[in-house]
Amino acid sequence: MKRIAGLAIGVLALCAIVLADNALLINGAGATFPYPIYSKWFDVYHTNNPNFQFNYQSVGSGAGIKQVTEGTVDFGATDGPMNDDQLKAYQDKHGSGILHFPTVLGAHVPTYNISGVTGALNFTPDALAGIFLGKVTKWNDPAIAGANKGVNLPAADIVVVHRSDGSGTTYIWTDYLSKVSDEWKSKVSKGTSVNWPVGLGGKGNEGVTGLVKQTPNSIGYVELIYAVQNNIPYGSVKNSSGNFVKADLASVTAAAAGAAKQMPDDFRVSITNAPGKTAYPISSFTWLLIPQKFQDAGKRDAIKGFLKWMLNDGQNSVETLSYAKLPKEVVEKEKKAINSIQ
Amino acid sequence: MNGRLRWRKFVSNFMLAMTGVCAVVSVLVLFFILGYLLFNGGTSINWDFFTKLPKPVGETGGGMSNAIVGSGKILLLASLIGVPIGFLGGIYLAEFSGKGMASVVRYAADLLNGVPSIVIGIFAYSLVVLPFKHFSAYAGAFALGMMMIPITLRSTEEFLKSVPRMLREGAMALGASKWKTIATVIVPAAYRGIMTAILLALARVAGETAPLLFTAFGNRFESHGWSQPTATLPVMIYTYAVSPYDDWHRQAWAAGLVLLGLVLIINIMARTILSRGIAVPRS
Amino acid sequence: MKSAGPVSGSRSFLARLRNGDEIVRLITLIFAATVVLITAALVWELWANSALPRQKFGFNFFVTSVWDPIMDQFGALPFIYGTMVTSAVALVIAVPLGIGAAIFLAELAPPRVSDILQFFIDLLAAVPSVIYGLLGVFIVVPLMRTVIYPALNKPFGYLPIFKGPSYGVGFMTAGIVLAIMVIPYIISVSREVLLSVPRDQREAALALGSTRWESTWKVVVPFAKTGIMGSIFLALARALGETMAVTMVIGNTPKIAASLFAPGYSIAAVIANEFTEATGDLYLQSLIALGLVLFLLTFVLNGLARLLIVVTTQKGSEVGG
Repeated sequence: MKRIAGLAIGVLALCAIVLADNALLINGAGATFPYPIYSKWFDVYHTNNPNFQFNYQSVGSGAGIKQVTEGTVDFGATDGPMNDDQLKAYQDKHGSGILHFPTVLGAHVPTYNISGVTGALNFTPDALAGIFLGKVTKWNDPAIAGANKGVNLPAADIVVVHRSDGSGTTYIWTDYLSKVSDEWKSKVSKGTSVNWPVGLGGKGNEGVTGLVKQTPNSIGYVELIYAVQNNIPYGSVKNSSGNFVKADLASVTAAAAGAAKQMPDDFRVSITNAPGKTAYPISSFTWLLIPQKFQDAGKRDAIKGFLKWMLNDGQNSVETLSYAKLPKEVVEKEKKAINSIQ
Repeated sequence: MNGRLRWRKFVSNFMLAMTGVCAVVSVLVLFFILGYLLFNGGTSINWDFFTKLPKPVGETGGGMSNAIVGSGKILLLASLIGVPIGFLGGIYLAEFSGKGMASVVRYAADLLNGVPSIVIGIFAYSLVVLPFKHFSAYAGAFALGMMMIPITLRSTEEFLKSVPRMLREGAMALGASKWKTIATVIVPAAYRGIMTAILLALARVAGETAPLLFTAFGNRFESHGWSQPTATLPVMIYTYAVSPYDDWHRQAWAAGLVLLGLVLIINIMARTILSRGIAVPRS
Repeated sequence: MKSAGPVSGSRSFLARLRNGDEIVRLITLIFAATVVLITAALVWELWANSALPRQKFGFNFFVTSVWDPIMDQFGALPFIYGTMVTSAVALVIAVPLGIGAAIFLAELAPPRVSDILQFFIDLLAAVPSVIYGLLGVFIVVPLMRTVIYPALNKPFGYLPIFKGPSYGVGFMTAGIVLAIMVIPYIISVSREVLLSVPRDQREAALALGSTRWESTWKVVVPFAKTGIMGSIFLALARALGETMAVTMVIGNTPKIAASLFAPGYSIAAVIANEFTEATGDLYLQSLIALGLVLFLLTFVLNGLARLLIVVTTQKGSEVGG
């Protein structure tokens, strides 16, 4: 028994010594929406700067907001900006504020799994609201079929898939639905976790994509890259000008054009249902939540360094993963804002 | 009368055969699980799996080296927390305590044993993560360690109590003090049973996922030291399994195979130790 | 057994401390007390950190079915319902199979075969729950969609429990996975209990002319009835607390539905999914309140189970044989 105990202590000590390393670990958690680009960025950044390890856990915007407020992670990430109550809660708890930094632009697409349908369906705002409210229950309902003449839609029940966790993607999706449907606004409203009328819950963008992929006749909402990487079809959505627009770099950039010029100082802005002939109506920024004041100077400098890199080199790799670059005006504004991190 | 007897005999043979079917089906499930994991996981296990870190989302390849090390670290620390408390507490119950205190401790241990693992996770989060303001390996180890305590405690008590009185009385007759008797005679006699219990407790917590969700959290890199978020095998399996990426599914199977293999090996080891034991009853 | 020193009661504390026995006694006492402390702290934390929903909703918390974080409305009913339904489905499948297997192992199989099979059953109990979840997602869910649902819905679709579309995930899928997880508990405990039934019970029945099956089913099993009930309670407690396997296959929908094919939610699953992101004290404490409910349920069931099992095995040894 003594020998085992001695061995165990020896191994422990060995672990602590051998694996002790000079790399600074910075922990973040939050949105699954930008996880593909964040994981790529942090991987590249670590290769270029081996002294810094950014550990980002894709647990959903809700958890990102909560954990950065609790202080258990160094930074958060969300596609649903913190509301005033949440900002106040952070301020009360830490004595200083928290800043939003947009990182990329992305699109939330309606993705589906219908046997025999491989192309892009057209969805009107009414159709989307109806489906997610549980009022449009079959794929061949006139609300859907009317916009998709010539497509053979089955008379099958629609399986709705939504998020089971607190999600910025949900926030953007419900923000859009609240804008285009009064019934949605009054019945469900917008938020990171809502009382869904119908549907299955999947964890993260990953979980929703997984469920849609496996469940026949299902529809879910995910970030564009998840649909692309997994080869599942996604539809076009009718924008405020009346055009059916498919999500891509151009249409998402068009959606942000107006907001770019009028970006508020705290960067919290909604670009759903944006005006513009070619704008994709369910686009959004996604933000990193960075505390204004850091106790640890090392972590502060590491994060500032990353942000600067992200705004320059980082932006060059986003398009390969189907995210759109930040507008130039926003980048300039953010660079100035980095200086306010103490 | 003959006809009725024949019917009853037929029913008897039929029902008994059905019970045989039930038993065979239940055992077959185990082999099915093993076989399925071997098939899906075996083809995915390669050297990379054990040595590489996870790759960014959507890219194929990479491995779970950080999760394997992370699980190992957390289990080691959990044992260092749970085993001494359970073992020494069990000694107290078997050798020193009065009836009142003994029943209180036993009751508490049984209560702790029945707590659902997710609730243990909540407890560890409030106690260890929030005050220290980070997710950490030791928070995860605390949660798992607590789960090991009841099994270790009860088994230690049972096995110590079952050591024949002869041995105790012999030692005392030779003038040994109580604690010397315990340390040099009684515990060694019950050693096998206690080792078995510790191994079984370890195997049980090795597969636990829920308590680690809010304590060890997760890490894309290796975690150094004990106070950083740590990747673990069960949580990786969960994350990869519910994702849409086929490559992640492949890795989840491989990880499942490794985890199941680990748990089964510990179990078989434990039960073999026990069956070769001397005069100690089965738990 | 207190310390065996001749004048232990009359010496002062410090003097006693020099006695090695006292030191060891104190050390082990501290560790034993730690166990009590930890458990007490756990229960206290659960109770104290779920005060808000108790104050705000009172008893209504248990009967409201709305779970709306935006409106700060939290009702536990869908989760209690889901936990109950999945466990019930699990038991309906596992109990007949488990008792059948236990009867075979205790009554029919030669001792060596019985021991070997029991060994494998014990290994089945050791399989981690996330692995069951893995198998659930990739095997049971497609099986449900392609085989089980058509088999039950076509002939029996008019029954409320078999109505409606199939999603693959749902109450029944979770119930099936849970059934596989709890069968080993039913088998091992029932087998022990059946083995402890005194031989003369069986022999008396056989002597009176009953067949093997009749003596088993009509004499031995009823004798062990309470112990078998205990094993079922144990299995139920296990099923109630199961988190990972359930959240991967239940559909994560906080709704009450009559159909077993509908998606649902369980207490453990909602805590796992929403705990790290519950912003706002009421939200977080409502989740902790759910944890408290689950804890109380499993506590009561485990206690009952133990009682029943002990009573039965004692009965066996009392009646003699």
